[in-house]
Amino acid sequence: MKTLLTGNEAIARGAFEGGVKVACGYPGTPSSEILETVSRVYREAIYAEWSTNEKVAMDAAAGAAYSGVRAMVTTKLVGMNVLSDSLFYLSYTGLEAGLVVVVCDDTGMFSSQNEQDNRWYSILGKVPMLEPSDSQECKDMVVLALRLSEEFDTPFVIRSEMRIAHSKSEVILGERIDNTPQPKKFPRDIEKYNCNALFARKKRPIIQERFQRLKEWAENSELNKIIWQEMDLGIISSGIVYEYAREVFPRASFLKLGMIHPLPERLIKDFASRVKTVLVIEQLDPFLETQIKAMGVQARGKDIFPPYDEILPERMKELAAEAGLIENQPKKKVIDVGNLPTRAAVFCPGCPHRATFYALAKFKVPVTGDIGCYNLGSLPPFNAQHTMGSMGSSLGQLHGIFISGSPERAVATIGDSTFFHAGMPPLVNMVHNRSKGVVIIMDNSTTAMTGHQDHPGMDRTLMGEPTERVDIQELVKAMKVKLVRSVNAFNVKEVESTLKECLAWEDSPAVMITKGECIFVSRKPKPAYAVDLEKCIACETCLKVGCPAVFKSEEINPKNKRKKAQIDPVLCNGCGVCSQVCPTSAIYQTGKLEAKE
Amino acid sequence: MKALNFLICGVGGQGTVVASDIVAEVGLKAGYHVKKSDVLGLAVRGGSVISHVRWNKEEIHAPMVGTGEIDIMVAFEPLEGLRRLIFMKDSGTVVLNTQKIPPVSVNIGKEEYPKEEEIFARIKGEVRELYLVDALKTALELGNSRVTNTVLIGFLSTLLQIPPEFWRDAVRQFVAPKYLEVNLKAFEAGREMGGMK
Repeated sequence: MKTLLTGNEAIARGAFEGGVKVACGYPGTPSSEILETVSRVYREAIYAEWSTNEKVAMDAAAGAAYSGVRAMVTTKLVGMNVLSDSLFYLSYTGLEAGLVVVVCDDTGMFSSQNEQDNRWYSILGKVPMLEPSDSQECKDMVVLALRLSEEFDTPFVIRSEMRIAHSKSEVILGERIDNTPQPKKFPRDIEKYNCNALFARKKRPIIQERFQRLKEWAENSELNKIIWQEMDLGIISSGIVYEYAREVFPRASFLKLGMIHPLPERLIKDFASRVKTVLVIEQLDPFLETQIKAMGVQARGKDIFPPYDEILPERMKELAAEAGLIENQPKKKVIDVGNLPTRAAVFCPGCPHRATFYALAKFKVPVTGDIGCYNLGSLPPFNAQHTMGSMGSSLGQLHGIFISGSPERAVATIGDSTFFHAGMPPLVNMVHNRSKGVVIIMDNSTTAMTGHQDHPGMDRTLMGEPTERVDIQELVKAMKVKLVRSVNAFNVKEVESTLKECLAWEDSPAVMITKGECIFVSRKPKPAYAVDLEKCIACETCLKVGCPAVFKSEEINPKNKRKKAQIDPVLCNGCGVCSQVCPTSAIYQTGKLEAKE
Repeated sequence: MKALNFLICGVGGQGTVVASDIVAEVGLKAGYHVKKSDVLGLAVRGGSVISHVRWNKEEIHAPMVGTGEIDIMVAFEPLEGLRRLIFMKDSGTVVLNTQKIPPVSVNIGKEEYPKEEEIFARIKGEVRELYLVDALKTALELGNSRVTNTVLIGFLSTLLQIPPEFWRDAVRQFVAPKYLEVNLKAFEAGREMGGMK
């Protein structure tokens, strides 16, 4: 029977069928649903956890694989940078049981700070890499990679991307393998598992020999398949873009690569020699094209298709027609709807970050930002978060501003989960290296932006087990931060006065923890607020809190000719931040709870 | 029908993804090959969300289609419907939930929300059928604004020759058991709005 699964759900299914016992990762779009599915659907068979960061996840999976059980790590594209340090030693040590790393790239940058093409990691880390093009392949490749990982004594990487992760297609399900590997006596094999340079050096030629064996395997693998059709055009492609190419070039011959490192050189050369023109179609970097050309094959590719952004079927068709590869397409009717109002993501109604950014905008201080929902504070109406780079970078940057001798006292913002991920080392660094500046840890009791996953500051694990809550305030105090303040994130006055106190602190770094639950944590909205139009003077102060529930009514204040405010009772979650900033006390709580759940 | 392409769009938090999951599942039950693609953005509410669902009797490759290739659009919000109009076929049908959710840029007076009548006229001018549905009102009458999506699914079901039981089964599959009853009511209410029971 066929089931519709997203790529992420199919990866989780593959882990189940392939006998994975341990699955670790850190949440990140577009990869998060893999472990969520594992923990929800396959919890009886697989232990899953959100580790504090990707490197921790990778090391945990290493320990499990050394102990003899099959393991999986999941990450978004940039998490690959975090875990690569550990992946690279695993390439040297090998393992006792299969280990698969699944990385979800974000071609087109829907929710990431860069568009890195993680296929290069296969060459850099000397690890084999597979690339699925639909959900069926996602599942099947996980099962296969686990087996090959043991056969070739190396971790395998599966490279997915957003359009696979968040797309559904049909999957034929299989059974979980018999004889799932069980933990065995931990190997005391120091020469294998200790990457001391002396031992690692001896491994190097073994890795090279493994590469040759894998290459030979790839030549005959069913992962790399040829679809012979017309011989004028032969297309070499892999991943989701292969599916697009099949639609755009319905009559061309195809070499579809499922294994993208190492590449099957003989197969590629043979395919190329039989067709008139070779076209390499890949999104992002010329990863395949560069290697294929180095084999001496004449091919076209990046001279037609740009090395950035998605090449969706429609775009591919246009570019292929421009290049003369297909006939000119009939002109499509253009529906021009003009410039419509943009709909940028904003803080949800009831978001605990709102009051802090209202204050930061007011104080006009430089703010180094981090990765999480709070980066929306960089957008109107706040425009108050001035940098954002990578996980944990806000604190390092704050320190850098101080040691630069900048006359301004700066602020860093970082979320609770991001603080556990990569914020602790730079805070300790600030303390040790006598830095100054204000760190705002925005504690909303969840990893919000990626879909509300647990982290060490919470009392439940991914598997739903009760656990010890790590107290951020105690932790920061133990790091010897002298000024530590906790405030109610929804109390505008408290946030403002405490921020003022921290900014005035001349002695050492100051930490302000804003505590307020994300609306998705309790999912218990409070009664909505409303505007008393008699009292409202249309000063528009409430609009500065940037809440989707607060908007302009049709009622006009004759004195300033401006529209008075109004609140949508369905959208309002009753946080009351708008009412606190209202100078005429025109915003009141209704006591009425609109039906939402 | 040999093939049908759907587009479901709206604002994050409106339940468009579940709606598209239901449409995809119904296609599979009705014997089609199915692919679907979501562009979700962040987990926060308020962003622009879009899903493509393809049904085809033959093999499908890409999980999305291009402009001018959508047969049926279910727009959960007028501005979002207008924004995606470019995807519609001339022969297409649009089901539009009339619930306006102005973006913050409009709320703070930086941009203006187009006039409702102009949005409707613009959409009507480009497609064969436009159905205006006040699904939020119906959902609130049922006591839960969150079932707006299922009301729209109920309405959509009346436009297609698919056994209603397939739709009900798909609704059962994708809504939490706790909210199943109100969702099934919402589905029937949507069917009534479409003139069917």
